[in-house]
Amino acid sequence: MMTSRLTAERIKEYLSQGKRFDNRKLDEFRELTIETGISKNAEGSARVKLGKTEVIAGIKLDVSAPYPDSKDKGNLMVTSELLPLSSPRFDVGPPQFESIELARVIDRGIRESGFIELDKLCIKEGEKVWTVFIDLYSLNDDGNLFDAAGIAAIAALKTAKIPKYDEEEGKTLFGEWTNNNVPLSKEVPISITVHKIGDKLIVDPTREEEDISETRVTICSADGTIHSMQKGESKELSIEEFNQILDLAEKTEREIIKKIEKAIK
Amino acid sequence: MTTAFKRPDGRKVNELRKITAKVGVVPNADGSAMFGFGDTIAIAAVYGPKKMHPQHSQNPEKGTLRCNYNMLSFSVTERIRPGPSRRSTEISKITEWALQPVVMIDEFAGQVVDVHINILQANASTRCAGINAAAMALAHAGIPMKSLVQSVSIGKLDKQIVADLIKAEEDWEEGEGPTDIPITMTEDGKITHIQLDGKIKPSQLKEAVALAKEVYPQIYEAQKKALKEAGVKNE
Repeated sequence: MMTSRLTAERIKEYLSQGKRFDNRKLDEFRELTIETGISKNAEGSARVKLGKTEVIAGIKLDVSAPYPDSKDKGNLMVTSELLPLSSPRFDVGPPQFESIELARVIDRGIRESGFIELDKLCIKEGEKVWTVFIDLYSLNDDGNLFDAAGIAAIAALKTAKIPKYDEEEGKTLFGEWTNNNVPLSKEVPISITVHKIGDKLIVDPTREEEDISETRVTICSADGTIHSMQKGESKELSIEEFNQILDLAEKTEREIIKKIEKAIK
Repeated sequence: MTTAFKRPDGRKVNELRKITAKVGVVPNADGSAMFGFGDTIAIAAVYGPKKMHPQHSQNPEKGTLRCNYNMLSFSVTERIRPGPSRRSTEISKITEWALQPVVMIDEFAGQVVDVHINILQANASTRCAGINAAAMALAHAGIPMKSLVQSVSIGKLDKQIVADLIKAEEDWEEGEGPTDIPITMTEDGKITHIQLDGKIKPSQLKEAVALAKEVYPQIYEAQKKALKEAGVKNE
């Protein structure tokens, strides 16, 4: 934890009065901006800003063999890198737990919701399928990388085109695209993370707020159905608090989806 | 709850597999335990409190709980590559979080309590079996604890909520398919761990949490019985 004790105390004092340093309500997101098509060479890409937090997502596709237990389906692979340029907290080196967890939580939300229609990404059953790579990078960490990364992944997918593929040579023609979008279902999975500080629940924490968060629950849902969930950090939750978190996430999801639709149109 | 629902192994919807629990399975360890849900078998061993290495990981203010979850290569039908994976790294951390609220090791500044969990045989719910074993091993090691924790995977198969999933249920193909919800709670009913994969409405999720709470006493009794047999006094 890098936030000073004094700041932590002050944040808690504010929260107990229902206030935050930046004047937001406890259940209010920061300003969300979404920009797509930020990388020419990616199949799809997006930059998402949540206040000062900034994340970029890039989609790449390549042809590979399917997994033995899903011979007629494309593959999905999500990775993330918390770039050292985005925060003094992140170091160069092999992936730390934080980035592994981020990628796995985003992966499960997208996978379990069936947002990418992987069954339409089969080229030849048992032999060749498309693998969709979603790569997430932090550019500036001011808290809530989870939700920003989730939105960036969705926005990038929505703009992704399938590359051309040379059947005879058996190779992907990188840099040349078909007119086909990556097949997606209508219902968009949105990840919302609710944090608990003291006895207050908040969404979209700044870095300082996230530092003093005692526990968090990330819930990915699409149109009111929950597809994945993960509680992080160790503070226990009563069942009542857990139910409040579900309600708060549901309400926030409805607001965020409108913003995303507006931003991507 | 309907009784007509047929589970592959004939259990009732709220019925756990046969629980096996044993304490003291690794003589070298400061504390150890085995916990099984049917064919899923986890063993856990505790070493510590001991000096934390590497030194830069030491917390000068309080003791550290460090968990390591590992599946043996032959614990599943198709061999898994030995060594840590992204999945096992995450489950290790989740296990730590699940146990931290009950483990009172603040006074062991600069020291670590290591919990090594190994899955000997897997038929789903391995992380839950691992957490149950770890809680027992910690108690066996005499680590101060507020209480044990109990962990179980609650599932939704099509529309039916069930307790303690097996592999055949994790791969449920009918109707709405499978939803897997591993949940861990303290003895006073606080959630220390919850994850979810699948497709479920918030109202049904609340039902799932209630079912977990309903079945925990069976796990608790098994843990307590094993600890008593090993001569571990009530926490």
